[in-house]
Amino acid sequence: MVIGERKPFDEIMRMAEGLKKIMVLGCGGCVTVCLTGGHDEVRVLSSQLRMARDKAGNPIEIIEKTIERQCDPEYVDQVESIVPEVDAVFSMACGAGVQFMAEKYTGKPVYPSLNTTFVGGSKKEGYYVERCQTCGECKLYYTGGICPIARCSKSLLNGPCGGSTKGKCEIDPDVDCAWQLIIDRLKSLGMMDRYEDIMPANDWRTNRDGGPRKMIREDFQR
Amino acid sequence: MADFEPTIVAFCCHYCAYGAADLAGSMRLEYPTNIRVIRLPCTGKITPVFLLRAFEKGADGVYVAGCLEGDCHFIQGNLVAKPRVNYTKKLIQEVGLEPERLEMFNMSAAMGPRFAEVAREFTERIKNLGPSPLNKKNRNKTDKAA
Ligand code: SF4
Repeated sequence: MVIGERKPFDEIMRMAEGLKKIMVLGCGGCVTVCLTGGHDEVRVLSSQLRMARDKAGNPIEIIEKTIERQCDPEYVDQVESIVPEVDAVFSMACGAGVQFMAEKYTGKPVYPSLNTTFVGGSKKEGYYVERCQTCGECKLYYTGGICPIARCSKSLLNGPCGGSTKGKCEIDPDVDCAWQLIIDRLKSLGMMDRYEDIMPANDWRTNRDGGPRKMIREDFQR
Repeated sequence: MADFEPTIVAFCCHYCAYGAADLAGSMRLEYPTNIRVIRLPCTGKITPVFLLRAFEKGADGVYVAGCLEGDCHFIQGNLVAKPRVNYTKKLIQEVGLEPERLEMFNMSAAMGPRFAEVAREFTERIKNLGPSPLNKKNRNKTDKAA
């Protein structure tokens, strides 16, 4: 899922300066699961904003709403009747959701309440880790299911580097060396021959270097 | 601030703290009338949303009272509540309220005197802090005091 973290409260307060009525819009997708932008978090942020503004003697009116997903036009359309009522929309979705809202509601400022941080998963409730960097050319077949792009600090394709010490990465003793993990895993799978193959330099054009990407399912085009 | 009577919301779990409140009553123990008890099935039910709403509606202080650690009737509800209370302290601090306005206590259903003691001590703490700037009832008084 896409992981996000709420922006510092002060930053959100600054974006809301001068606004009298806003909508805080949650997303029922990834950011609900990672506890940063769902129904509950909408209520928390709205409550905080109301209190801070009330305290300053400058109250703000807030419409609290959460839709299924903000990265899908059919759900984004659902707030059509609310958007004209407010001065701005504070989206609690990832950056994709914020932009889908902004694209649909061209005449309305749409502001981000989260910083979108990475693609990952939950180790346990409330604890999220990065696992994918969306490079566009998956290498997990060769590396025993452990991503050298996302998990090696240098994104090395033929690791480890000389900084690997007792299984830990040189950038931080708490960070596992991805290449140590890869080797351990390939060994246990009896697939060390895959490690012996030298991987060619990465083609970053499938990553962001080729500009913004799209994916089209032809059978769905009309 | 002598004439300031705070409004305090106490979220009490059904099995322990609420029982303790009941016992305090049966024992004819006196505790301040400032406390408004809201009964929860378990403190594990508490979320930052509830706590923030209480402050938003003008509570000067809020506390959560659950079973003693290790004695929760739902095994670990009170252990779930504790970090949530601590997290909410940060949320109210961001808004500009003192984190001391929020606290978590633990007590068993047999601890009627402790319930009364917590109520007295917490009321005293909030009286010292003064009214919440969000308490409309006391806002004029604060303005005058300032
Ligand atoms: S120590 Fe391991 S994870 Fe860290 S940069 Fe080197 S190869 Fe990558």
